[in-house]
Amino acid sequence: MAINTPVSDQVFRGNESKKIEDEEVCMQCNDFSLFYGEKQALFYINMNIPSERVTAFIGPSGCGKSTLLRCMNRMNDLVDSVTLRGELLLRGEDVYDRSVNVTDLRRRVGMVFQKPNPFPKSIFENVAYGLRLQGVSNKREIEDRVEWSLKRAALWDEVGNRLQENAFALSGGQQQRLVIARAIAIQPEVLLLDEPASALDPISTLKIEELIFELKSRYTVVIVTHNMQQAARVSDYTAFLYLGELIEFDATDRLFTNPTEKKTEDYITGRYG
Amino acid sequence: MNTEKLGFFKSGTPWVWLNAGAVSISMIMVVGLLILIAVRGLGHFWPKTIWEIDYLEGGNQVVLLGERSKIEAVSAKQLVASGLHLDFEEEFVERTLLKVGNRDMYGVDFKLIVKPAEIEVRKPVDAIVFERTQWGNFYGFLQSINENGSTLAVKPEMLWSELQERLKRVDELRDEIHEIEKFDIGKINYKLEKLRLSERSIELSGIQDAEAIAEIAAQRKVLDDEYEVLKGKLGKLYVAISRDQALMTIQNGQEKLIKLAGVIKASKPNAMGVGTKLIHYFVNLKNFVSDDPREANTEGGIFPAIFGTVMMVLLMSVIVTPFGVIAAIYLREYAKQGFVTRLVRISVNNLAGVPSIVYGVFGLGFFVYFLGGNIDQLFYPEALPSPTFGSGGLLWASLTLALLTLPVVIVATEEGLARIPRSVREGSLALGATKAETLWRTVIPMASPAMMTGLILAVARAAGEVAPLMLVGAVKLAPSLPLDLNAPFLHLERKFMHLGFHIYDVGFQSPNVEAARPLVYATALILVVVIVLLNLSAIYIRNHLREKYRTMEH
Repeated sequence: MAINTPVSDQVFRGNESKKIEDEEVCMQCNDFSLFYGEKQALFYINMNIPSERVTAFIGPSGCGKSTLLRCMNRMNDLVDSVTLRGELLLRGEDVYDRSVNVTDLRRRVGMVFQKPNPFPKSIFENVAYGLRLQGVSNKREIEDRVEWSLKRAALWDEVGNRLQENAFALSGGQQQRLVIARAIAIQPEVLLLDEPASALDPISTLKIEELIFELKSRYTVVIVTHNMQQAARVSDYTAFLYLGELIEFDATDRLFTNPTEKKTEDYITGRYG
Repeated sequence: MNTEKLGFFKSGTPWVWLNAGAVSISMIMVVGLLILIAVRGLGHFWPKTIWEIDYLEGGNQVVLLGERSKIEAVSAKQLVASGLHLDFEEEFVERTLLKVGNRDMYGVDFKLIVKPAEIEVRKPVDAIVFERTQWGNFYGFLQSINENGSTLAVKPEMLWSELQERLKRVDELRDEIHEIEKFDIGKINYKLEKLRLSERSIELSGIQDAEAIAEIAAQRKVLDDEYEVLKGKLGKLYVAISRDQALMTIQNGQEKLIKLAGVIKASKPNAMGVGTKLIHYFVNLKNFVSDDPREANTEGGIFPAIFGTVMMVLLMSVIVTPFGVIAAIYLREYAKQGFVTRLVRISVNNLAGVPSIVYGVFGLGFFVYFLGGNIDQLFYPEALPSPTFGSGGLLWASLTLALLTLPVVIVATEEGLARIPRSVREGSLALGATKAETLWRTVIPMASPAMMTGLILAVARAAGEVAPLMLVGAVKLAPSLPLDLNAPFLHLERKFMHLGFHIYDVGFQSPNVEAARPLVYATALILVVVIVLLNLSAIYIRNHLREKYRTMEH
């Protein structure tokens, strides 16, 4: 992975001085480990993800950042050989507790994937999908929520007059924003973004980033990205993972300008990855 | 030189030629097959010229009248060896298979004649061919028309139009008779049979229900009275229809009275222009598709066979689709992938390779004898010993074919499910959908074109299958269609006719193979057309679904 921007270019934002310790905790990892069969993929992760902030996971490919993200709404349940140790709490409740209903959890913790994955339905039906799953049948209510979501996802101006068109008629960037609209339509508490802009062109990427910035006023956003400029641009806090271990977790500006760990410094300055 | 040669091979040109050649050979064979069937089959309906031939037979001169149905060159030696005396020295002799018809008089429809013995050949404009309900075609000349035995005084030039008038009347009467016999009396018989069965079931139950029996007797009385009325009506119609006769002359001045009641159609092919022939051609074709068969299937139409084939295929589709789709969904989506699922999958694939007659035997043993026998014992004891479901029928044939085509549907559906991108499923799950909701709302609709592909393959296979059907319900001649106006309308236990079996029966089991041969080709063509139509409708639906669930192409 190539890193080609000097860290000093980063823009500093107003909440730079805030400390993680002062933030309200949304999700919490306590000695969280994950195994694929015999192979350990995450090692004793301890991390508090602050509420209504954007947290970025960075690190080289295969470092476990997507794995960790997918644990947060239990998408890893789909993989047969996964075993877990430790705790992963959402607002103090263990996500992996037996009493937790997975579908309820996924409604609270929405997720957007690397490749836009709209359903082969109309734009409207894509956004209404989650609502219909929840049993909302009032037509008026659904229409209002769809409009609200599309506006929040900055897509309404582009598609407001062609909601009945197939979602595949949209461009890649529009599709990704549609998927985000779909995710926020069910009003989750947390939004997990797994490299949401990696398959998009620069303009679309910019739009997605603006959108993420918007979203954090209401949602806790966790974003996995390969692009360090992106992490620096959109996130409040950044976690650096390396070979399944959490190396450093700090406010973004501090991590990029003054990392405490040698490994972090090596990575962000492009020594490896 | 050598490198040049190698370069040629390396360029891939021979490979391209090989591929293109294989494709063209396949195309030529398919098109050739269709053309062969079409020409042989469709030619049958074209009104043929009637020839009058002065023919030297055993030293005597006779006059023959008929259609040339096949002309071939035969070696003279062969003819001499067969006992024919030839006065000339050619190596090959042209031999004609002449359809002389009039089976009621000559005993056979066909006569082989050789060219050198034909003294004179004429094309008489007045020659008439009758298509009859019995005894095949009749060829001859119209002399006069009799009404109730006395000759009508009609001018000779008006005779033909008079005949057509009277044939029209006969036709209307025949329709009326058919209507009464088939529908009205058929309905009464059906009800009477029902009454008999309910009487029998009262008997079997052992309870002396005098009231019910009296009720049945009363109903039977009503039906019997109705029947008597119809019978009287029928008697009158039969008298009316046999009023007219045509006096015909055939070869050598012989005369023959033909009852018009037995004549379906009269035509003068030699007097027809191309336009008239074309009209006759299409009328014949239409009748072939829409009429019931006559004379042990060698004449008339094939409508019941078309109907039976389509019904069976539709019923099979209705059975096999949900079965196959559900099995595939379980195998692909729910079952733990491992040794057992692999074993099941291998078995399913191997099922597709089992010879179809084996399915027929299974269908006979399991569906007909076991299931059908038990159903009869449980639900139709009053009809025993005559079986209701305990003998071959539409339901069992459809089930047997459904079993036969199940692997195709399972494999196609599984492939379709496997092609749905993981990202789409995850997208749905991430929105809080359960696995079942994801399946129903997203995965199955997206895989539906693949299911249709499976169904298309299943239909193509099932519609062309004959062997198992012979054991589980297809018959040479079914007395009634499996769908009619008597409740419950769809009679699943009934035997049915099938185009594939019809081809076999007409081509190889009929008493008059030579006369029926064109029908074999025509029926084969209709079978192909039926399968193509069924498939086209399925393909239309699939393309519609594909358009609807078009997935990302990047």
